[in-house]
Amino acid sequence: MTDVSTAFDRHIAATTEFLTAPVRGNPFASLYRLLVLFLVAGLVIVPLLATVIGGFKDLGELRVNAFGLPRVWHWENYWGILSGSGYWRYLANSLWVAGWTVFLTLAVSAPAAFAFAHLHFFGEKFLFNYLIFGLTFPFATAILPLFIKIRDLGLLDTPWGIILPQVAFYLAISVLLLRNAFRQLPVELVESALMDGCGYPRIFFSIILPLSRPILAAVAIIAFVMSWNNFLLPLVALNTQTKYPWPLGLMDYQGQYMTQWNLVLAFITLTILPAIAMFLAAQKHIVAGLTAGAVKG
Amino acid sequence: MAATAITLASARRASGVHSGWVTAAIFLPPAIALFTVFVILPIGEAAWYGFFNWNGLGLPTNFVGLGNFVQLFANKVFTRALINNGLIILISLLVQLPLALGVAVLLADRRFGAVTFRMIFFLPYILADVAAGLIWRYMFDGDYGLVSQVATAFGFAPVYLLADTHYAFAAVLIVIVWKYFGFHMMLYIAGMQNIDRYLYEAAAIDGANAWQRFRFVTIPGLASMIRLSIFFSLIGSLQVFDVIRAMTFDGGPLNTTHTMVSFLYIFGITRMRVGFGSAVGIVIFVLCVVVAFSYKRLFMRDD
Repeated sequence: MTDVSTAFDRHIAATTEFLTAPVRGNPFASLYRLLVLFLVAGLVIVPLLATVIGGFKDLGELRVNAFGLPRVWHWENYWGILSGSGYWRYLANSLWVAGWTVFLTLAVSAPAAFAFAHLHFFGEKFLFNYLIFGLTFPFATAILPLFIKIRDLGLLDTPWGIILPQVAFYLAISVLLLRNAFRQLPVELVESALMDGCGYPRIFFSIILPLSRPILAAVAIIAFVMSWNNFLLPLVALNTQTKYPWPLGLMDYQGQYMTQWNLVLAFITLTILPAIAMFLAAQKHIVAGLTAGAVKG
Repeated sequence: MAATAITLASARRASGVHSGWVTAAIFLPPAIALFTVFVILPIGEAAWYGFFNWNGLGLPTNFVGLGNFVQLFANKVFTRALINNGLIILISLLVQLPLALGVAVLLADRRFGAVTFRMIFFLPYILADVAAGLIWRYMFDGDYGLVSQVATAFGFAPVYLLADTHYAFAAVLIVIVWKYFGFHMMLYIAGMQNIDRYLYEAAAIDGANAWQRFRFVTIPGLASMIRLSIFFSLIGSLQVFDVIRAMTFDGGPLNTTHTMVSFLYIFGITRMRVGFGSAVGIVIFVLCVVVAFSYKRLFMRDD
């Protein structure tokens, strides 16, 4: 059997081997090491803990006791948000936008990446560099003309005004990652399939795609996370509150309850919870996916 | 005869010239079209609009030449925003990356707790900037925040960091380090897995101490990953916006916490000054391209 492990497979192994590997060495080999690590971990964790716990306090207690556990656990801060429709609608909106973004990113970038990896045609190099040029600059540079474009296309204040530009902006990184991964697959696979009379579309769908699941997952994760967290584009493209994705909803809520930090903290907690849950459920894929840009091919 | 025809047909197919071209003609256009409409055209239009005074309605007709750019660089708030972006770059290179590297070294081996610590340090990276920004807006809040309560517990006056024109941006810098160092740590850890273990053993046999092993084995072995992480930092630093929006909303106090993008948002988008905002976009674009290309040329030639 031909070895079909790609650079990305090795990258997954490199970033995540520790999840399964046995612990070696003396745990207390260096006290200083642990001291430094606990200090940094404390600085990372304390704001998060303070946020979660602060959401359970009443305002008076929050003001005098930011550190400790609440004397009385005010679950109603959380219930108030969970029983309203705003929070759920924000999440649903985000999910809708992210879902379509992921689907379209894969549907558009995978065939293009295949063409760049295995086909020869006039202008292939130029077109590839054309797409890759998108890596060098962020959304923000063209946000105003993009706004005008979305408006003129009649997409303003619709999810598609976010989805389509997002897909377009994620194309560069997606095509690059996928093309590199497709190239790493043994060329004999493609050649022997051609010999057997298999056409390129079928090679793509039946051979290349099934062998590239890890990198497809990585691209999907990158697109999902970027879309889930995207703020500037929805901020510019939407103006109806019921269409807001959660980052806009969170800012809106904060603007509304400005000084009632206990409620704002509860809302923050509830909006970061899905991200943390996803992270804990699929650590391996998320770490490998989000650092995939570092794989060279 | 028939056999020859079949062989020829399959040979032609195997060479892939014809059918490959057709497949490409079907596979590529969606990507090229989307990219052109939503990425390339807006960039081109920004370069066009940047020379006009335009409110976005009708067609841009009020040509002002370089007027927008002259106005931009004479604008004190924009100058401050440029400096702030520079500070983000500085703090990323001088604090964030060394911190990430240090922590990566401590966690490279599968020693006690390595798994948990890595996950904890990576956690802020998966949070949205808006959420991270608001969490820290709370932390730095003078009335309710933890930082202020620590200060008062030690007998100091409450600290209103985000209301202080001198220190508000320092607070932003802290948040940026907090949020992104874990990402760079992961890059370094991934890079360290590719360093040959025998190099360390050889170095140890030659009598190299821990520092020398770090300096002469780890650093050279990580060189390309360090360059990549610097590149990510530079490009990322130029586009900071969400954190500003969450922490100081409109770049306050007294416009001291703007970045170029938040400046563009407040002074270009919310006021619909399309020409002026496009000029800001063009400045950011040029900086990004200069960084990307000079960086590639200078440092990544051998990668």
